[in-house]
Amino acid sequence: MILARIVGTVVATRKDERLVSNKLLIARPVDPHGKADGNYLVAVDTVDAGFGETVLIVSGSSARMASGMKDCPVDAAIVGIVDTVQVKDA
Amino acid sequence: MQLARVIGEVVATIKDPNLTGTTLLVLQPLAADGAPAGRTLVALDSVGAGVGEHVFFVRGREAAFPFYPAEPPTDASIVGIVDHWDME
Repeated sequence: MILARIVGTVVATRKDERLVSNKLLIARPVDPHGKADGNYLVAVDTVDAGFGETVLIVSGSSARMASGMKDCPVDAAIVGIVDTVQVKDA
Repeated sequence: MQLARVIGEVVATIKDPNLTGTTLLVLQPLAADGAPAGRTLVALDSVGAGVGEHVFFVRGREAAFPFYPAEPPTDASIVGIVDHWDME
């Protein structure tokens, strides 16, 4: 799983029917210190995350194990809202 | 599977119900010489690892298998604590 910050939302009227009523957010991966690191990605939100929050994103086929995502065409799902990250050293 | 060092912990109150009760640890993947190799990631712990320990972890769909029959949504899980490793 990766840490990421929510930086935007995606609105798509025409989409796969199994994505209907799912919220799509734009996330920017961050390192454990909160510094942006890597390319933006679109992830399905399963935990009601919001703009500016740091979240946990699960990628690949594991994303379909997020709640409500069974058999959905997704490869990135937000599965947690991060309260704190404690890093001992980098 | 890959070698890594546990460098931190993640606390998340609001999360997928299948992640409840699990431990989320920050990993730094390592090269064979022990140097950092690649981006840090967050993994589920299935062996009771702690910060500072060397571990190995599995990526992908198989990362959920250590928790069978539960199916937590994870793409990385710690499956062993490394005592030491040797290189020729």
